[in-house]
Amino acid sequence: MSLEQFKNRNVGSQTYKMIESEPTPESGMGRFGQVVKRTFKGELFVGLYVTMREMINALFIGEMHTVKYPLEKLPISPRYRAIHDMLRLLESGHYRCIGCGLCEKICISDCIKMDTRYDENQRKEVSEYTINFGRCIFCGYCAEVCPELAIVHGGRYENASEQRAGFSLFEDMLTPIDALKDQKEFDGFGAVTPNADNAIKKTPLAY
Amino acid sequence: MEIVNVAVLPEVTSAGVIIKAIIILAIISAIAGFGTYLERKILAFMQRRLGPMHVGPYGLLQIAADGIKLFTKEDIVPQNANKLIFKVAPAITAATAFIALAAVPVFPDFTIPEWIPLLGGTFVPSIAADINIGVLFILGMMAAGLYGPLLAGMAQANKWGIIGSARTAIQFLSYEVVTGLSILAPIMLVGSLSLVEFNNYQQGGFSSWMMWQQPVAFVLFLIAGFAETNRTPFDLLEHEAEVVSGYATEYSGMRWGMFFIGEYANMITVSVLAAVIFMGGYNDLGFIAGWLIVVLKIAFVFFLMLWVRASWPHIRPDQLMWLCWKVLMPVAVVNVVITGFVMMV
Repeated sequence: MSLEQFKNRNVGSQTYKMIESEPTPESGMGRFGQVVKRTFKGELFVGLYVTMREMINALFIGEMHTVKYPLEKLPISPRYRAIHDMLRLLESGHYRCIGCGLCEKICISDCIKMDTRYDENQRKEVSEYTINFGRCIFCGYCAEVCPELAIVHGGRYENASEQRAGFSLFEDMLTPIDALKDQKEFDGFGAVTPNADNAIKKTPLAY
Repeated sequence: MEIVNVAVLPEVTSAGVIIKAIIILAIISAIAGFGTYLERKILAFMQRRLGPMHVGPYGLLQIAADGIKLFTKEDIVPQNANKLIFKVAPAITAATAFIALAAVPVFPDFTIPEWIPLLGGTFVPSIAADINIGVLFILGMMAAGLYGPLLAGMAQANKWGIIGSARTAIQFLSYEVVTGLSILAPIMLVGSLSLVEFNNYQQGGFSSWMMWQQPVAFVLFLIAGFAETNRTPFDLLEHEAEVVSGYATEYSGMRWGMFFIGEYANMITVSVLAAVIFMGGYNDLGFIAGWLIVVLKIAFVFFLMLWVRASWPHIRPDQLMWLCWKVLMPVAVVNVVITGFVMMV
């Protein structure tokens, strides 16, 4: 199964077939005629043919639709909004977050809590950062508002837990430093548009 | 096929019949259990699913898991139920299904080897009870099996059970006439009620099968057989969407399992009847040996029941009565009359 099936938003009406149904017979003879017609039309065998065709397709042509879930997973859209990821800068490996606090401010379910301080180089560093996933509604505002593309939504959607409140710490969401080369840019909410390079204009320094 | 002279066969002793009965009971129960697995698997394939996959390779041990579940489940008898009838009813279904199989040739004759102690040299016949009214006995026993759902539904003090048993009575009254009349025409042609005579009548290969001579009777018998075994176009007795589980609503554990085994044993009986009466029986077909071809035919009829279940919707009780009394019974009577005229002319 490919992503195209998920991207097709126009599901449904285009494959509908309208069935022409005959008017209900009024007279006894008409009803008898309908019974005779239905008896010898062989529509029941069409039904048998359909199920047999589906069985042969499923067994020999590989159209089995079962996904053995814990063992196999369906691909999810790049725009899917699951547990957050904290991304790193690809060049230096430093985390992208600049501690601006916009995500904390915009969070409508009030689930992001952060604290910042100045480090020895007078740069802002994130000292505390937690997201309460018991409250988070995965609206994606934090990812949209982030000026550095630092907080994004990842693909970890299996977040059932025994407790209502579930916290995640900054370090848990941060890309591990040894997995930096596998870090992918988020395509979804708040990401750079595909034609971003063309939209950039030179900074007007002339005035 | 060589004609075996009956006098040459060894004497059938009571020990042999008892051994045969135990074999039928053991093997048909096992096949009935395996039938549930096959049904789930084939229905799944027809719906593009996988079916049971996790217990054993390809889910083959699912029967064992289901068996353990059924045997260890709590056995509940409802408070206001008629306890005796409630407990007896599942036994009626299971017992009559196996009693019907007593008159069906199930496996070939064999003699237990001499070196086995105690039972060595005992001749085990292919039919446990080789009675000369075979077809009549089988149909009668399968009809008596309907007392199981009927009593179970009425004994359990549950409205769904009552509706289920009312539907049992309706179904019984509707199809039983058709079963008898549809099979009457082949009986007239053969002139015997013995299944062995039916088999011998169709010795002439593929073209001599009864279903070519009596196509109408074959179709009617199949329809009535589906109703007799409560299979899908006519599964009114326990249709979940309408009557929860019908007559089996209050049953749990092995009592419910006995209803199930009875149903699958009945399916096997109807498959055997269709194969022997209409589809050439156990005569050799070309190069294929008789025992193999009869197993294939029985398997095909069994598969047809699952196939139909996957394909067709089921009908309402009033539609079943309409179908049986106003369509199938007149057709069956006309078929019998025409057969009689053709035989006389």
